[in-house]
Amino acid sequence: MKLSKLLIQHKAEVVKKWFDYAVQSYKADVAQFLKTQGDQFANPVGGALSQNLEPLFNELCGQMNTEALTASVDPIVRIRAVQSFAPSQAVAFIFSLKRVIRTILKKELRNENLLQQLYEFDLKIDVLGLIAFDAFMVCREKIYDLKANEMRNRTLHAFERAKLVKNTSLYSIHAQAAQPITNREGVLSKKK
Amino acid sequence: MAEDLPKAEEFLANIDYKVPDTAWMDTPAEIRKGMYCYASNPKSVEYLGLPNARKWNPLDDDWQLPENWQEIIHNGFKERLERFRSVKVFMDICVRCGACADKCHFYIGTGDPKNMPVLRAELLRSVYRNDFTKIGKLLGRAAGARKMTLDVLKEWWYYLFQCTECRRCSVFCPYGIDTAEITIMGRELLNLIGLNIDWIATPVANCFRTGNHLGIQPHAFKDMLDFFVEDIEEVTGVELEPSFNRKGADILFITPSGDVFADPGTYTCMGYMMLFHYLKEKYGFDITWSTYASEGGNFGFFTSHETMKRLNAKMYAEAKRLGVKWILGGECGHMWRVIHQYMDTMNGPADFLEEPVSPITGTKFENAKSTKMVHIAEFTADLIKHNKLELDPRRNDHLKVTYHDSCNTARGMGMFDEPRYVINNVVNHFYEMPANTIREQTFCCGSGSGLNAGENMELRMAGGLPRANAVRSVHEKHGVNMLACVCAVDRAALPPLMEYWVPEVDVTGLHELVANALIVPGENERTTDLRGEDLPETEDDADE
Repeated sequence: MKLSKLLIQHKAEVVKKWFDYAVQSYKADVAQFLKTQGDQFANPVGGALSQNLEPLFNELCGQMNTEALTASVDPIVRIRAVQSFAPSQAVAFIFSLKRVIRTILKKELRNENLLQQLYEFDLKIDVLGLIAFDAFMVCREKIYDLKANEMRNRTLHAFERAKLVKNTSLYSIHAQAAQPITNREGVLSKKK
Repeated sequence: MAEDLPKAEEFLANIDYKVPDTAWMDTPAEIRKGMYCYASNPKSVEYLGLPNARKWNPLDDDWQLPENWQEIIHNGFKERLERFRSVKVFMDICVRCGACADKCHFYIGTGDPKNMPVLRAELLRSVYRNDFTKIGKLLGRAAGARKMTLDVLKEWWYYLFQCTECRRCSVFCPYGIDTAEITIMGRELLNLIGLNIDWIATPVANCFRTGNHLGIQPHAFKDMLDFFVEDIEEVTGVELEPSFNRKGADILFITPSGDVFADPGTYTCMGYMMLFHYLKEKYGFDITWSTYASEGGNFGFFTSHETMKRLNAKMYAEAKRLGVKWILGGECGHMWRVIHQYMDTMNGPADFLEEPVSPITGTKFENAKSTKMVHIAEFTADLIKHNKLELDPRRNDHLKVTYHDSCNTARGMGMFDEPRYVINNVVNHFYEMPANTIREQTFCCGSGSGLNAGENMELRMAGGLPRANAVRSVHEKHGVNMLACVCAVDRAALPPLMEYWVPEVDVTGLHELVANALIVPGENERTTDLRGEDLPETEDDADE
């Protein structure tokens, strides 16, 4: 008996339980909402999980293509990266798949041969965990980039270069700027 | 982050990674970095004459409150319950049906139950029941009442600044409870003991002193518009002559200062300037800018009714000084909520002005009969409807556009169709986002009501997720690459939101699109748009 075959046979059950574990990281009433609201525009968090857990599981049972894994793990982790989770909590849902499989295939896994295959499968889950952690860090770095850029906007280099203000630091923290005028050198450098 | 990390034994004790299910009253707020804005600069608080100006840090245990802070909050609450009938009603009539619960973008995005509008309101209601109702006094917690403590106060501050006052929840409330009103009142109470945020307090102080949120002085304001004149000349070959502070002009134009000082609002600003020039050349349109009333936005609205009134009054004082007939307002969100819902009873009626009539089409803007202030999207839609603008929408053919309804213009003043009418006349490729994310059900940008600071970026990204998710759907389905809006806070908040969630999509104001399509008398053949990007090849070009 091959584990991958067994897993594919139980796919629907595994993915459903995996989803349940993933939403347990939220408070009970939130988890309930994430499970029951089926409209992905009313429930983008639940939507990201339900759209991506199955493709992730398919890859784990199949080719383990890094690009495909990243494409499916990114939408989930991108959300968790802004949701007040510790890094470990943000990616913990990946590892809960081990528990899901052991629960669902409890009987079958008495077979020693399958246990050996499960060990191999666990390694794949670990790899996915690492990919998820990389994706998480990319998101966090993007957040820091955005914060740094907002700060740069607020320093209003443009005004200084255009000699519109003498000391930008006085104005720096109060600008309502979104995108820096600083990238518009063609406009501002004309002012001598 | 490091101080928040879970310990190994916590992992082992909770191998299911399950969140403990404590009742909300037993779950104190944990103030987390990235989710709150910095405390106000005491100088700004002092300048505005607001109470308890001092340096303080939300992460400190001691918030340096006045000794009798509980009494101040209690009395402030009492006074507002008497003053605002709506607040009293909203405190009493909620039956906790939960219709609003999952409609808030912050709840959807953060997954934090205290961001359910009903629960956010319950933070205040619980104290209301304790302090002002018999049943609350008698039964205490059994009746949903609780005493005001320091933990409760901190919870108020944390969550009242995780609400953008967008009012999406109120659309779904069977009783019409406006949770934004509750947030507004809660923030007023917090201001009574000096619990403000700097992203609001300092722009308000700047605006009160200098006339705009950035504290930019009149000569700098004019210099920036002069830069735009040079820029426009480069793109079109036409030299504009905007008019400033001119007494006796027909109309005064006021826009958010973000349009003058921050991209991509600057392109929208150029759009206004080109439109005014066009109308002047063709129809003798007479409009002036003011370097004193140089801010349409009103962050005072996020502080207290009195502060909002002080900032709003400056615009009308300038209109009176210049002797104009009426005021045309730029693309802004909350500026219009203030005009539409508060101005008339706050500083109005502006009976020294005339009922706005378009000098070009003769259209009477009856919706602005009392405030005497017209939104430029309405004004331009009327011009197009009367065939007063010569337009070549093919110049926007490189854009696939969708439209984000600003909460304030949509839910606050009911303006849904005018911006869409304008867009459909100036671009050839327009696609709507899903129905439950636009018009009266529009999702907030996640950064309104003074929350578009840098330090709370995680909150902004989480709160903006439902909006971004809808943008992504039209990007994937139709190749949408431009998100149009009529609000300066949107133009500030949406670019980083897109950069995080849908980096292929850029942000524009409505009048940037108008100006790109507008055929200005005497212009050279355009080769680029206002951003300096090459125009798409038209069929005429291809034939040559």
